[in-house]
Amino acid sequence: MSTALAVTTAAAAAETRGFLSPTGVEIAFLLVGVVTFGAAVVTVTTRQLVHAALWLVVALGGLAVEYLLLTAEFIAWVQVLIYVGSVVVLLLFGLMLTKAPIGRSPDADSGNRPVALAVAVAAAAALVWVVVDAFRTTWIDLSGPAAGTTAVTGASLFQSWVLPFEALSVLLLAALVGAIVLSRRTGGTDGSDGDRRSTAPAARTGSGPDPAAPDKEGAR
Amino acid sequence: MNDVLDVALRLLVVFVVFLVLPLVVGQTEHKVMAHMQGRLGPMYAGGFHGWAQLVADGVKFAQKEDVVPEGADRRIFQLAPAVALLPYLLVVLAIPVGPGEGAVGQAVDAGIFFALAVMGVGVLGSLMAGWASANKFSLLGGLRTAAQLLAYELPMLLAAASVAMAAGTVSLTGIADAFEWWWLPWQIVGALVFFVAGLAELQRPPFDMPVADSEIIFGAYTEYTGLRFALFLLAEYAGIVVLCGLTTVLFLGGWHGPWGADGLGWVWTLLKTAVLAFVVIWLRVTYPRLREDQLQKLSWTLLVPLALAQIALTGIVKVVIS
Repeated sequence: MSTALAVTTAAAAAETRGFLSPTGVEIAFLLVGVVTFGAAVVTVTTRQLVHAALWLVVALGGLAVEYLLLTAEFIAWVQVLIYVGSVVVLLLFGLMLTKAPIGRSPDADSGNRPVALAVAVAAAAALVWVVVDAFRTTWIDLSGPAAGTTAVTGASLFQSWVLPFEALSVLLLAALVGAIVLSRRTGGTDGSDGDRRSTAPAARTGSGPDPAAPDKEGAR
Repeated sequence: MNDVLDVALRLLVVFVVFLVLPLVVGQTEHKVMAHMQGRLGPMYAGGFHGWAQLVADGVKFAQKEDVVPEGADRRIFQLAPAVALLPYLLVVLAIPVGPGEGAVGQAVDAGIFFALAVMGVGVLGSLMAGWASANKFSLLGGLRTAAQLLAYELPMLLAAASVAMAAGTVSLTGIADAFEWWWLPWQIVGALVFFVAGLAELQRPPFDMPVADSEIIFGAYTEYTGLRFALFLLAEYAGIVVLCGLTTVLFLGGWHGPWGADGLGWVWTLLKTAVLAFVVIWLRVTYPRLREDQLQKLSWTLLVPLALAQIALTGIVKVVIS
């Protein structure tokens, strides 16, 4: 509803297009962007593992709001569905399996901070350069008919961009097959399904660490 | 001014619906379960057949002390019930009960995606609660919640995609508008997959492994007391309302009925939703809890293939008739 309100404000203040007289949507976009950026920075700097995952939710949700402000509704909801609903849940699942402690984890630092920072800055610089070079001073007219509805997105995806789309799906399929191959190779040493079930009670009652039991079953 | 009034009115109506319908479902569950088990259920609160039992429960919950365990992660522990409950409020906003703009809180262009995406966010509340409680049972509950969500999100999405393909739109109003009676046999497999996967996502019996009260003491909610626990319970019943409403709109034609199409469509929507809610309660009384491996097996070896087959069938029929 705030989007609708912002769009009407934008319509009222249209055609100025100056950096010094921003519209409501632009102000909202910048503010959400600042929040998203802040959440992203906290995500990679905090020492509390689960907090990092939850700050990631804020960052990804902020991105979804940015898409919404640009009228790309479909992309926004898919962003929430895939990233917040699945990727973060997977992350939290992994963190819970490894018994992420409450409070700080001082050992959650690999000493790679400078390298990671350099890679991050380089990646960000490349992306910003590409986007700036591609769009330069193009303005998206947000007050006209919505340019990011499901119909428009679908049409452009399956007419103009169908080759990259298919290439991406092949890439994902390859990743999927690779993941299955990798997981089967490590799982082969543990034995079959029946063996795994028999190791579970041992892991639950055993006092010492049991390297043979897969962590997933041991946690149950 | 008129617009502001319109928006305020819609929000008010949605909020009242959000507060009332889950309580109605909860009270129905008390009575239906009782009668199915040869009991009477609550009979005293409020006088007539104990209608005010849940109101009394609410007052009781509000009076209880709000305890945060000493070892818990305080902020996340306190935030979790809100994260669990609010998404359902947002989904209720987007579910249409009748044709046109007038019968929906806020028409959303990509309605299906909005509903499923936001429902997925609600589960984060259980995960946060499970981890932040600093309790082994809660952690187990959180783990099971995550495993269950990962398994059942996919078939639910595929089933919804099938009906969106059939209608040629992802808007909830558009899908229900396009409904014809013969969609019922055409999409019945998708409907069953959607409903079952939705039950699993809500962690309702027989898919209540994450909260199994007789085994891990309500899982993620073990440490919660008072109002925060009540909010989690409310989220569960709001989830039932949302799931039944979505199934009605997507697969059962929403406001389409044999008669009374003009003006009374919303009655059909509510009626179908109520019947589905009854089925949810019925299943709880009827079936024993599924074990964790049975849960995963049901999803990956039965529901996902069925949903894919339904999508293939939808595609074939769609190509043939167009």
